[in-house]
Amino acid sequence: MNWAWIDSQWPTIWQEFGQHVWLSVLPVLIGLLLSIPIGALAHRYGWLRPPLVTLAGLTYTIPSLALFVVLPGLLGTKILDPINVVVALTLYTVALLVRTVADALDTVPDDVRQAALAMGYRPVRQLLAVDLPVAAPVIGAGVRVATVSNVSLVAIAALIGVPQLGSLFTQGFQEDFATPIIVGIVGCLVLALVLDLLIVLAIRLLTPWQRAGRIGRRGRSAAAAELAEVVGPAEVIG
Amino acid sequence: MITFDAVSKRYPDGTVAVNELTMEIPSGSTTVLVGPSGCGKTTSLRMINRMIDPSAGRILIDGTDVTAVPASRLRRGIGYVIQNAGLFPHRTVLDNVATVPVLTGTPRAAARREAAALLERVGLDPALGRRYPAQLSGGQQQRVGVARALAADPPILLMDEPFSAVDPVVRTELQDELLRLQADLGKTIVFVTHDIDEAIKLGDRLAILAVGGRLAQFAAPSQVLAAPADDFVAGFVGRDRGYRALSFTAGDGIAVRPEPTIRIGDVPTGADWLLVTDDDGHPRGWVDAAAHPGGTPVAEADLRLGGTLLGPGGSVRTALDAALSSPSGRGVAVDADGRVTGSIRAADVFAVAERTARDEPGEPPVPAPAVLSKDRPA
Repeated sequence: MNWAWIDSQWPTIWQEFGQHVWLSVLPVLIGLLLSIPIGALAHRYGWLRPPLVTLAGLTYTIPSLALFVVLPGLLGTKILDPINVVVALTLYTVALLVRTVADALDTVPDDVRQAALAMGYRPVRQLLAVDLPVAAPVIGAGVRVATVSNVSLVAIAALIGVPQLGSLFTQGFQEDFATPIIVGIVGCLVLALVLDLLIVLAIRLLTPWQRAGRIGRRGRSAAAAELAEVVGPAEVIG
Repeated sequence: MITFDAVSKRYPDGTVAVNELTMEIPSGSTTVLVGPSGCGKTTSLRMINRMIDPSAGRILIDGTDVTAVPASRLRRGIGYVIQNAGLFPHRTVLDNVATVPVLTGTPRAAARREAAALLERVGLDPALGRRYPAQLSGGQQQRVGVARALAADPPILLMDEPFSAVDPVVRTELQDELLRLQADLGKTIVFVTHDIDEAIKLGDRLAILAVGGRLAQFAAPSQVLAAPADDFVAGFVGRDRGYRALSFTAGDGIAVRPEPTIRIGDVPTGADWLLVTDDDGHPRGWVDAAAHPGGTPVAEADLRLGGTLLGPGGSVRTALDAALSSPSGRGVAVDADGRVTGSIRAADVFAVAERTARDEPGEPPVPAPAVLSKDRPA
């Protein structure tokens, strides 16, 4: 570990870290916005679901390096343009989240859906005001996976010369020098952990009712414990 | 008035859920759609607010076809309560209740204020308004469901087996609460249940549906019990129907005999059961003088509690239950303040029941069934 090198390269490392942040986060945001309507369609129209989910799955199997190389031709962008990376990772995010959104909407209880219909919600408002908020915890779990996945996928863009933490890996390999590689790995890990933590916090803020539900469950388990004292544990388990 | 005009619902697989249903549901009273599984009662209910569209026929509300306005607007004007309450888990109780007013443009703050008042109306502590549905019991959730359905003050309330998922004690409470609310509100309630007892208790009218969506009988509960339209109805209302029909006969004609009473602390004498009251004459229980240690005063612990009390306006069914549930075999009759007026004997009750059955075979009892159906043990 060459601390002096880290010290001298700190401004560059910091810049690459910043690049890495927006290259991983922006595709998640765009991808989530795109996945919600597509996932909602897959959820609402049964016949659309198999083709959409299969298409999403196939998209995810395209090697990222191939996508980084092909996209400039398709989009008319320059090979070094970070837009290519954003588009590619947005595709991967959509590929991961379409299925998540559709599955998450499936978890909305039928009586909740029926009640919303009977109260006089129109479809779009019901999706935004009832279905999505109720499905938020499941969608949030998918967003966590997509975000962490993006943090690692961004690094590959170093091979086509888009600077971010992955550039430290190519540099380390070319110069047969371990320090940049270690810094890159630590940087990616820290970023993944911080982003994951932020998403968990965001989900908690968006779903206060989930914790309220847990209080309710604790209440029930306390009642079950009292029951256990009265009748003995075997009956409660049975 | 809700009019079903030759309404049918056929599904693509050929199942007929509702077959040529024609009936008129009167305004301001409770009509119960009752029948076994597969009789199309829920389908019929859901066609009123267009959650399901009929394959043939028309449904009119006060003469206007339900398809005349957009479905979402129609639904906002019709309250709906479903089996498991179907509360929105992500909204507080208050915001659940405020749902329809907010949808129709009432400012949120005003809608919440009204929601808090409604919670009280359905027998809930307004402090529960800040909780989430998962923090309430099943019975409380169902009350919130009723409050939510009433929030926009719709003239019509549709209730789809609302009380069938709660335990019997809570169910009875909710039923009583609904009767109390309805006495105040006078909504047009259409209530679906498979439970004939619930139907008899709540309904001013019963629509009894047979499998395949055929309307077998549409009549007041007393008439359904006294004169079932066909074998299906007779079978569905069950072998207890003669006993149940006693609910619709007033117990006023039953002889109330004088009953000597003693108080806690008195020394019982004789060899019979003695009725013990408190200082104000309210019944406390019975004591068996024959088994009581001689010369000792009666204490609370010596009392055998009586059962049903027969109050003013009580039915023959209540009177019979009062006599049969009392350890002495004598039912306790009380006045409007709950003070003992005397006792009744099962034989006297039977005499009245027999006379009624002989005098009015198959005739609906004279007084308004709407009132009598709400007659319950005092």
